[in-house]
Amino acid sequence: MGVSLGHAAQGPGTQVLSSLSPNWMTTKLDFLVNWARTSSLWPMPFGTACCAIEFMATAASRFDMARFGMERMAFSPRQSDVLICAGRLPFKLAPVIRRIYDQMTQPKWVISMGACASTGGIFDNYAMVQGIDTVVPVDVYVPGCPPRPEGLLYGILLLHKKIRGETVVDGSLRQERPLDQTGLRLPPDVVDELSEPFGNSIHQTRSA
Amino acid sequence: MNPSVDALRREFGPLIGRALVSCGDTIVYLDAGRVAEVLRWLKETPGQQYNYLVDVTAVEYRDPERPLEVVYELFSLERRAPLRVKAELAKDRLEIDSVVPIWAGANWLEREVYDMFGVSFRGHPDLRRILMWETYAEGHPLRKDFPLRGRFSRAEQVRQALGANPEAHYSMDELSIADAYHELPEDMRERLARGERGVIPEPQRERGGE
Repeated sequence: MGVSLGHAAQGPGTQVLSSLSPNWMTTKLDFLVNWARTSSLWPMPFGTACCAIEFMATAASRFDMARFGMERMAFSPRQSDVLICAGRLPFKLAPVIRRIYDQMTQPKWVISMGACASTGGIFDNYAMVQGIDTVVPVDVYVPGCPPRPEGLLYGILLLHKKIRGETVVDGSLRQERPLDQTGLRLPPDVVDELSEPFGNSIHQTRSA
Repeated sequence: MNPSVDALRREFGPLIGRALVSCGDTIVYLDAGRVAEVLRWLKETPGQQYNYLVDVTAVEYRDPERPLEVVYELFSLERRAPLRVKAELAKDRLEIDSVVPIWAGANWLEREVYDMFGVSFRGHPDLRRILMWETYAEGHPLRKDFPLRGRFSRAEQVRQALGANPEAHYSMDELSIADAYHELPEDMRERLARGERGVIPEPQRERGGE
């Protein structure tokens, strides 16, 4: 929201590490850091619709997200690692989720849970963001309407896999990318292309 | 037919239009110019006592010749009697008196009708959009001439949405109350002083030599 993060987001340590080429030291450090990160991912739940019900089921005793290190729901963005958008995102909430994402500290990841968060789903209308990736970067998309708890857990394990592949040598991973001059995260034509109707929606014209 | 219709005809005569029964509910059409007066009579007259305003909404029909209807769902808690009152508005003059002075609960209902259909309620204390954000510029979504996916491109919609101020949905009254209790953050106090409702930055079309 107009906050210029610039280079302040990258500490001096990050710059030293990202100037290295991969070697024995960095791979061992990667292993340790990534093990620590995957083992204690604190989710920031952003539940807007029925997906949030499945998300709660995932967090409750039967499926028990805590088995994978997600022990604590961090309802403060500043103490969380993974933003889970569970449900559709109306345009009115777009600046809210963007602000939450900006408030989260690095390292941070985003899971888009369900059809509506990932693509707009059945809500191909004037009020709904057609995929939260037009607003915040997304790491894992979980399909389903809503996804079963097993689906979300699989998505979380995929995120673990992704984190285990990260390296401190790649400084771009932890770079903050604020909205650009156009007020968007992506170029406007990319947003338009991402929001194109698909499936049954193509039978509706823009004026229908 | 609800006996209130005959009572209305005796009291107001030509202000009362046609009345019909649909699915067991009585619908009575009023003259749109004096709707507040008639509704106040329906609320306050002994024997009528429609003291509960269930809903205010509006209907636009696909036939472009047909006027837009503002619908008042009334209910008498004492007599357990419902009544549906409608007022027809020509589409080029969507104005009607507010009933907030009669039922305070009409406040948000009329704001919703204004937001979705563009009907202006004369005398409403705080007529702002309620569902869409306040800087929403595409029009009134439930009108028949409104395209399903909105009027702007998706990129423009996302840009305007991201430019909206998430805190701007508080009314100036609410902000003033928070300010009186010293609970208002500094930046919001400044906005309150300016009376600002959120700003959408203009797109900068410098990139790529467009």
